[in-house]
Amino acid sequence: MATSALCLNNIDAFYGDSHILQKVSFALQEGHLLGLLGRNGAGKSTCMNVTVGLLPARAGEVLVFGQDVTAYPPERIASCGVALVPQGRRIFKSLTVRENLVVAARKPGNDGKSAWSVETVFEMFPRLRERRSQLAAHLSGGEQQMLAIGRALMNNPRVLLMDEPSEGLAPQIVLEVMSTIRKLKASGLSIVLVEQSPTLVFEIADDIVILNSGEVAFSGAARDIRPDDPRVVQYLGVF
Amino acid sequence: MNLWLTLAVNSIALGGLLFLLSAGFSLIFGLMRIPNLMHGSFFMLGAYFGVTFLDRGMNFWLAAIASGFAMALIGAMVERFFLKRLSGQELPQVLLTLGFSFIIADLCLLIWTGDPWQPTTPAHLRGAVQAAGMFFPIYRLVIVGVAVVIAIALWLMVDWTRLGAMIRAGVDDAPIARMVGIKVSQLFTLIFALGAALAAFGGVMGAPYLSVYPGLDAEMLPLALIVVILGGTGSLLGALVGSFLIGFLYNFGQALFPDLAYVILFLPMVLVLVLRPQGLFGKVVP
Repeated sequence: MATSALCLNNIDAFYGDSHILQKVSFALQEGHLLGLLGRNGAGKSTCMNVTVGLLPARAGEVLVFGQDVTAYPPERIASCGVALVPQGRRIFKSLTVRENLVVAARKPGNDGKSAWSVETVFEMFPRLRERRSQLAAHLSGGEQQMLAIGRALMNNPRVLLMDEPSEGLAPQIVLEVMSTIRKLKASGLSIVLVEQSPTLVFEIADDIVILNSGEVAFSGAARDIRPDDPRVVQYLGVF
Repeated sequence: MNLWLTLAVNSIALGGLLFLLSAGFSLIFGLMRIPNLMHGSFFMLGAYFGVTFLDRGMNFWLAAIASGFAMALIGAMVERFFLKRLSGQELPQVLLTLGFSFIIADLCLLIWTGDPWQPTTPAHLRGAVQAAGMFFPIYRLVIVGVAVVIAIALWLMVDWTRLGAMIRAGVDDAPIARMVGIKVSQLFTLIFALGAALAAFGGVMGAPYLSVYPGLDAEMLPLALIVVILGGTGSLLGALVGSFLIGFLYNFGQALFPDLAYVILFLPMVLVLVLRPQGLFGKVVP
């Protein structure tokens, strides 16, 4: 079996005493897009934070292209080619748009597939070029989201994690963000897309994982499950 | 040279020294939120290192730079092995740095005795230049020049380089900065070491003027505090303006109202704390 781009094995994680993730396992194949779904508080963001090293896993392991990164500090995991577009965007507000990108720059690995630079990010998001010298705090929500995506790309990631990139954006902007994600997928990047709303995800995901109360409730190919599947309705319950 | 001019020249010279002292204090406090009460000790210990090097016949500038490097090393170790463990805990940080300042003061007394050391002004800095019919001592002008050059260099580094942007990103949101690959912990050690080095460099620069003696640390620390409170923490421009302001208040206050020297020095600080707590050039932290 080929090595997965990203693999979580039996991850247990806690915030204080509360058990957030219980034996969570899933694997992202190289070049695939995995949709990670679940209600608010199901543990989706926790999975992302564990993967990038912001929250230590109490048990289990995180593998990036077969390399065990579970105990690595965040900056070292970043250097393994994992980038996160965090929930709430979390751009550096006191830095300019350009600085936000520059500080995250990392030379690409020897796979040499993608080589993102400030220039190529600006090509993808021309709005950011127009606003390059402005403080990030002064950007609109959509622009901040583009900046958060651009910042993650500056890492030249092999695995891109996106935590609710559509959150709080106008429908028109959400469409733009989704089309960006499609382009990135087409470029061969391995992506985990976290969302609450299944409709956005089912269109572009290869695989679907549904979390419920910190446990994996469903895991399988996207073609095996439809948005009106009883399990989706039960665990996401938004229809 | 008349009294006013002498006072003014002394004031800007002291201002230059105060900037070297407080720029590091301001960066450490503004960026890392560490109230470093051993900053006066860095100044004094650096000065003692400097006079020792000078005593061995080292060139003045070389001595100042060597002392800066030695203090950078000491600062880095203090940060790495002690302060890092107390990250975010201000009271333990205050107590730790205060404790270290006592230890350093005692060690200095042991090594360099209680007698003051006053190196002679280096030969190439003696004398005065004449301008507009008045004489200006070269050494004092050089202190100001060095302070201004360092101020510009620091400003360029923090505001206009990738390193500076990485430091600011780490201050903005440390976990996310680490997540995008910035080695925040190492950057903070670097800032602390830089602040210690600047204080030591200032200590050596000032030695021929202030001399070095036990208690110099405790005399300089409050001055750094006032400068930073006046100027605003983390603001280099604030530290620069605050330094010259305090340089003038100190010299003129002592000359004109010796009985009220400390009132004149501390009253502006009290006013700023009451009316504009973020300092003259500080930004309001949301």
